[in-house]
Amino acid sequence: MRIAVIATCLGDAMFPQAVKATVEILERLGHEVVFPEAQTCCGQMHVNTGYLDMALPLVRHHVEVFADAADVSVAPSGSCVGCVRHQHAMVARRGGDEGLARAAEELAGRTYELSELLVDVLGVTDVGAYYPHRVTYHPTCHSLRMLRVGDKPLRLLREVRGLQLTELTDAEVCCGFGGTFAVKNAEVSTAMLADKMANVLTSGAEVCTAGDSSCLMHIGGGLSRLRSGVRTVHLAEILASTEQGTPARDVVFDTAEVGESKGVHP
Amino acid sequence: MTTDLGMPTTAPDGVGFLRGTESFPVAAHRALADTQLRRNLGHATRTIRGKRARVVAEVPDWEELRRAGEAIKADTMARLPELLEQLEEAVTARGGVVHWARDASEANAVVASLVRGTGADEVVKVKSIATQEIGLNEALAEQGIAATETDLAELIVQLSDDRPSHFLVPAIHRNRSEIRDIFLRALPGVDPDLTDEPRRLAMAARAHLRRKFLSARVGISGANFAAADTGTISVVESEGNGRMCLTLPDTLITVMGVEKVVPRWSDMEVFLQLLPRSSTAERMNPYTSTWSGVTPGDGPQAFHLVLLDNGRSNVLASPEGRAALHCIRCSACLNVCPVYERAGGHAYGSVYPGPIGAVLSPQLTGISGPDDPNASLPYASSLCGACFDACPVRIDIPNLLVQQRAASIASHRTPTAQDVAMRTVAAAMVSPARFRAAERVLGLGRFAGRSGRIRFLPYPGSQWTSARDLPAPPAETFRQWWKRTRGSQS
Ligand code: SF4
Repeated sequence: MRIAVIATCLGDAMFPQAVKATVEILERLGHEVVFPEAQTCCGQMHVNTGYLDMALPLVRHHVEVFADAADVSVAPSGSCVGCVRHQHAMVARRGGDEGLARAAEELAGRTYELSELLVDVLGVTDVGAYYPHRVTYHPTCHSLRMLRVGDKPLRLLREVRGLQLTELTDAEVCCGFGGTFAVKNAEVSTAMLADKMANVLTSGAEVCTAGDSSCLMHIGGGLSRLRSGVRTVHLAEILASTEQGTPARDVVFDTAEVGESKGVHP
Repeated sequence: MTTDLGMPTTAPDGVGFLRGTESFPVAAHRALADTQLRRNLGHATRTIRGKRARVVAEVPDWEELRRAGEAIKADTMARLPELLEQLEEAVTARGGVVHWARDASEANAVVASLVRGTGADEVVKVKSIATQEIGLNEALAEQGIAATETDLAELIVQLSDDRPSHFLVPAIHRNRSEIRDIFLRALPGVDPDLTDEPRRLAMAARAHLRRKFLSARVGISGANFAAADTGTISVVESEGNGRMCLTLPDTLITVMGVEKVVPRWSDMEVFLQLLPRSSTAERMNPYTSTWSGVTPGDGPQAFHLVLLDNGRSNVLASPEGRAALHCIRCSACLNVCPVYERAGGHAYGSVYPGPIGAVLSPQLTGISGPDDPNASLPYASSLCGACFDACPVRIDIPNLLVQQRAASIASHRTPTAQDVAMRTVAAAMVSPARFRAAERVLGLGRFAGRSGRIRFLPYPGSQWTSARDLPAPPAETFRQWWKRTRGSQS
């Protein structure tokens, strides 16, 4: 299958390791991955901050870039796919562009979050991964309640050799990120993060994973500040890891604060 | 061009409680520092969340019921004027009197003159959010009429000169030792040896309220539902105090937001299954009172229904916001909201707190500009979506929040710093070349320590780094990696 990868603006600029891992998993499974280079951002930040008019050209740009790029599109992000699937047509309609709304709906119908693509479209749960660590999984709100990915990420994680899954108490409660919420209501956001971190720490895991780099940036940023000894790793990076190593991996937060931890790239 | 039909479009300023005095983040700051409040709220919401989940799971057709509730409400809003006239006719035919109030001031004036007309200077009240919305108690007090709240939690709030912080449990922010202190301070004739045992607290309130019930000549209530076909009003409650208010006085005055009408008596079948499980997590609430007009020789002999608009027409007129009127005030969205759980109801300023309040209050009042406290309410959410899943009538609150954020921004007469920044970013994002350039000059790297961890950023980045590190940007973006490794493709 020809698959277009949506790097997402955050993934492109700040967390490329998750996007690289997505490419590697899909290529390993024998698919052709393309990266439409004109892509920028799905517009989620604008939509969710209320700049619906400004988001209209972004939606148009996304549709133009991806409409003919491949059979399906995939992003290692529940919230970006959530925006494409549940908000793009709304933004277009609100802006009076019914044609764009229809095109956005058509594209959204074949745009998937990574775990959805693997389990629902490609029909695999064992992607040949090896990751010998204790891991807990945080279901991000948009993957859980906007996309309804359900237990797909967990089914993928259960097939990873060497991986020990530990249960996260109150897993389905928001971590407090929420995009601009994290800065506009920084204190409430931090209070929510405190409870999420407490649950991550009591889970006994070494790694907290999720399907969204944005939420992981928030949870990982808190865990790093506390020198907690627990790090955050995107689901795609775990699934891309094999006995041959973790090719896509960058150290995001160096939890021990020793030496340089600039990214290591293949 | 718009035609002014003389209808006030939004609720008036200076009367009632739909708007606080400070923005949500400022009010939340205080609440977050109150450890007792955090503990009380955390305990109460966690308990009710667990119970609700259990009783909802018992109902095999819960999703169908939710869809039925949603459909009835959508139908109601689509023909609200017609249904209200039908309701007026039915109530009038059964001996009631219907009054139409465009706003809080009119509603207060109608109620005050009705009470004065009976010669009474005291009224008993069933818990009613609509009368809190319009500031009825305060308006009556100005006319020398004392109103006594008879719902236990509402009484606690009234005695402590406090504001309610939850639909169902207005004193959810209080624990029992605080309640004991309030009773000792403010409850007339209270036993000085009162303990904080729940039963003794309830008995103390009961003794006080019984005296009020037996002497009151006027009762004032809100309404949960009003069936347009039969003119039947209903109030759903747990304590039985409402039942006393609704049956003992000679005169009953009900103040009802116009959105509470439902087309048919038989629609109650749906809502009486949805409401108790969603609100108190009970299979059925202990007291459901229904009445149609007056019945000679039984109960109040005069019944007045005040239909309150107070900005509701404004909400109804907005296709993107109208669903906020579907709310049946069960409070499930408050109980599951992680923001409400930590900030509490008072932080929202309005009598409508929580996720639904964040989308209803700004629509009822309108948003006057970036400094309007209600402009901050739609942002008091991480858009986690827990409210939608809990809502018994499937109100898509996350979408309403986004729409109200747009309304908030539309109220800016001159662009704010954020508006300008967002416009610049949006412009860069439709041009791949400019986007690449922007990525390169992001330049966060210079704030990184030796470990590649950013521990401090200047404002507004400091809002992030106050509690969270940020990784330094990678040496290579994904785009650069792709070009380097697959340069020839795509
Ligand atoms: S919005 Fe829904 S969940 Fe919230 S109080 Fe209203 S009916 Fe209940």
